[in-house]
Order: sequence, then structure tokens, then C-alpha cells
Amino acid sequence: MRKFDTQVQHLKYKVLREVARHAWAGDLLTNVGDIPKTIIPGQEPSMRCCVYKERAILGERVKLAMGGDAKKPNVIEVIDIACDECPVGGYEVTEACRGCIAHRCQDVCPRDAISFDHNQKAWIDKTKCIECGKCAQVCPFSAIANNKRPCEKACQIKAISMSENKTASIDNNKCTACGACVYQCPFGAIMDKSYILDVINMLKNAQESDQRVYAVVAPSISSQFTYARLGQVISGIKKLGFFHVVEAALGADMTAWEESSELAEKGFLLSSCCPSFVSYVKTEFPQLADSISHNLSPMAEIARYIKKTSEQAQVVFIGPCTAKKMELQQPQVRPWVDSVITFEELQALFDSADINICDLKDDVLDNASFYGRIFARSGGLSDAVAQAVKEHNIDFELKPVVCDGIEACRIALLKASKGRADGNFIEGMACTGGCIGGAGCLTHGPKDKSQVDKYGQEAYEKTISDAISVLELPQTDTLTR
Amino acid sequence: MKITVCIGSSCHLKGSRQVVEQLKELITAHGLEEDVELSGTFCMGKCEQGVSATLDDQQFSLSPENTKEFFEKNIRGVLAAK
Ligand code: FES
Repeated sequence: MRKFDTQVQHLKYKVLREVARHAWAGDLLTNVGDIPKTIIPGQEPSMRCCVYKERAILGERVKLAMGGDAKKPNVIEVIDIACDECPVGGYEVTEACRGCIAHRCQDVCPRDAISFDHNQKAWIDKTKCIECGKCAQVCPFSAIANNKRPCEKACQIKAISMSENKTASIDNNKCTACGACVYQCPFGAIMDKSYILDVINMLKNAQESDQRVYAVVAPSISSQFTYARLGQVISGIKKLGFFHVVEAALGADMTAWEESSELAEKGFLLSSCCPSFVSYVKTEFPQLADSISHNLSPMAEIARYIKKTSEQAQVVFIGPCTAKKMELQQPQVRPWVDSVITFEELQALFDSADINICDLKDDVLDNASFYGRIFARSGGLSDAVAQAVKEHNIDFELKPVVCDGIEACRIALLKASKGRADGNFIEGMACTGGCIGGAGCLTHGPKDKSQVDKYGQEAYEKTISDAISVLELPQTDTLTR
Repeated sequence: MKITVCIGSSCHLKGSRQVVEQLKELITAHGLEEDVELSGTFCMGKCEQGVSATLDDQQFSLSPENTKEFFEKNIRGVLAAK
């Protein structure tokens, strides 16, 4: 298996692929019930206690692959029946317990959950423990460890907790849809909703009408599909029925250009590219929300341009990001972007249509500058804004605070909320490494960053102003929506 | 008159930006801003023949080398004849 990091991703992919296969054939509704059995034939379970449970869980995955329950607002959902096998570790006494006589742990425990064996070693009664963690804090030997669930650990903003029946539960008011839990849950019990059916419908309709479906691809695509060349990926996308492929990185050039002047004008700015970061600021640091850049994200920026210049255009964003599926629902983005899928889902679409991109000729993808392209990795956005300040000839000293991952964002925002920001431009990226660490990536590897830089260097345009100069054409009023 | 230049990847690599720049300059130099409207679009489905462009409903295949000639003949020439 060359395409994915984990078996969980592979399983999810198989579901998406089968759903897509039937959607292309137009017989999804009659066959939807058979998909779990197609993927898990026979009687021997390979993942769970029995094939019936495996298939029941797959049934839930099929629902999410088909867009899930529209009444549930979040694009990230827990599959309850897949989750209940996860051990609830929580606070546990480790070998490091020396059996001391102070028993601070017992004293501090509000539920009387701690007792001692004949060696004076502590023991936690899990039926009483409420996971408050006080015992761990006071133990002089740090002998009490918090064996948190992978999903809770992944969710650094603490939007995941344990429900009453011990399954994972997501607090939708806090969740930023970054997808970290989706990628980290070893049972694949948390999944993002998929909009591949919408995309397949658009592509099918386009064959019979003069609609044109444009793919806007994120620059992190350069670190994905490592088994083929980027040009082949572009050919594959067109073979699916997309009319044309445009780099979201050109939108990034536009965003960097606009943000540099906005920054010089306001003196302090938070970046607006990462939808998880933006949503995090709004819920956790509302007092800073005014400082979020008013510019659209690169995805929305380029999509707007496409729709303003091409009649009958529909735009699908293809990227590494589950949170873009949330951004799509924003009123200022909705008119421009019709759907969002991830690289995982793109792979499933290729295979559902029996497209082996390795067999295809290279097509070209070149719209953006070096700077727009390096947005895909942490620090790239700040580099681009610095370049835009220079090209604009603005007299302004940029002091970027590059936040790699949501925890770094939290620290920077905390300081900023106290008026002690370490700089004047906060680049917030929720995923570690930037977009190349996104949950919708096929692979996450140490080489990804250098791949992105290499791809950046290959750009035909070397400066932001050159890349965007073609866009500054006057637009007709009739096309302005 | 409305001229649309393709700025899709294929045409971009063949010099859309240079074509657009030249057209902009020529339009301003001849004071034709009122008469000629310049715009861009991503791909006209004729990637092999780029830089693709349309002048009203007519198709053209431009390059940074032939842009001036195109402008003189099809824009200034036609406008002068009116
Ligand atoms: S890219 Fe110009 S016609 Fe296709």
C-alpha cells in the first residue's frame, strides 16, 4: 500500500471509492446497502470482534462518505459504534510509584478514589475517578501518568471529551474542524463528512450542459501523490471532467498582496488563511477577532476571480484540509466555492473512475509565484507577506510571529490578548507544519516541506506582483456577481 | 471591443502575462481605454494554440512576439475603419 500513512485511511478510502464508483454509474441508491459486504466479504473478521460489527461500522462510514446528516452542523463526526472499543485509560499509577508515606495523592483526591496495596503503592479506583488530574500534579515522583485517548491528545484545543457512555464526544462550539482527531484515532472512529457526491454530480451535469467545473488545488499537492508526477495528477483531475485546474497559490499571492497593505494600515494583524485558526480566534479570543485580516482566504480569493471572469463556472477546492469544508459554509465564501474535497478523496475519485495517473501524460500547472506556493508550509505566509511589503515599497517593518500548530497559536494569542504580542503579524496555522500537515493529506512526511519549497522554486513567476499582474484586468459589470 | 486573454497554466507558460502587459501599454499609449476592454479568463479549451485570446467572438492565437501586430491590425485597424 503506497498511498496512505495508515490502514485507517486506507479503509476510509475504500468506502469513498465504492460510493464514488456507484455514483458515477448512477446506481448508488440501489447498491448502497451492499457496499460494506463488498469491502468485507467472507466471515473472518480482520479488525473487530466479528464481520457484522465491521460491516455495521462501514455502514456508518458510507453515510458520512455520502455527506452525512445535514442536520448535524459539524463536518467532523464521531462514529459511536466504532469508538466504544477504545480503552479509557485516563489517570493511572505507574511503576514509578515508590510507595511513599505522605500519600498526597490520596489527600488531594476529591472522590476518595485512591487506596494503597500492601507495598504502599497507590491504586486508582476507576469507578470513582473523575479524571481531574490533581493526584498527578501533587505526586513528588511524577508517578501518575495521564494515559489520554489519542483523540483527546490530538485535540489540543480540548474540544473532545468522554461522553456518559464513554465514547468520544466533540464539543461543536469549540471544534475548529482541523481534523487532527480524524487522523489520529487508531480505530478510525472519527471521520470528516465527504462531499464527493456533490462533486460527481457537478462533473456529470457539466457533460450535458455548458457548465464548467474548475478545480482549485492547494499548493500542498506538491508533497502528495508521491508515486506520480504532479503533471500527471493534473491530467487525472481533468480526466475526471474538470474543465481546468488553477493553483490556489495564485489566490495566496493575492492574499499576501492585500494583507501586506492591510497590515501596514492597521499595524497589527492576524492571518485569515487557515479556517481553523480563524474559528479558534473567534471562539477563544473574541477580543482579537477584529484584528483578523478582512481578506478572503486564498481559496475564496481565487474562486471569486474565476467566477467573475468565467460565466457558467463552478469551483471545487481540492486540498489537505477538513476545515475548508466548514469555511465553505461561511456566507462570504459560499457564493464563490461550490464544494471542497481532500487529497484522500481525490485519490478515491481517481480510482473509482479507473484512472491510473501513472499512465497519463503530463499536463501543466502554473499560475502562482514562488511565494504563493510556499503558503503550504509553516512560515511561508510570513515570507510572502514580507515579500509583498517589499514589492509594494511600503515603509513598514514586519515582525511576524510564525505559529506552527494550534498550541503555538494559543500561546501567541494569549500574549496578544494581554497586549504583549511578540510581533505585529501573527501567522496562525492550526496543523503542525502548516497545510502539509493537514488531516486530508494522503501522506505526512518529513520530506514534505522540502517538496513544497522545490515546487515553489519551479514557479514561472518569481515575484508576487508579476503573478497577480494578469489579474488586475478591469472586469465587466455584467460578470460582477 | 472586448478582448479576453487566457491566463490558464498552459497559456501562462507561453507568455500570457507579457501579452497582457503589452496590450495594456498599447491601449493606454493610443488612448483607447474607452474603446477596448481587456479581461482575462482561465483556459479557453485551446491550450495547444496558446496564448489563446478572443476579440469579441473571434478566436486568436497570440504570443509576446505577435501581440503588437495583432493590436495594429485587428484593433487599431478596425477601430480606424469605423
Ligand atoms: S490554458 Fe489557455 S487555452 Fe487552455
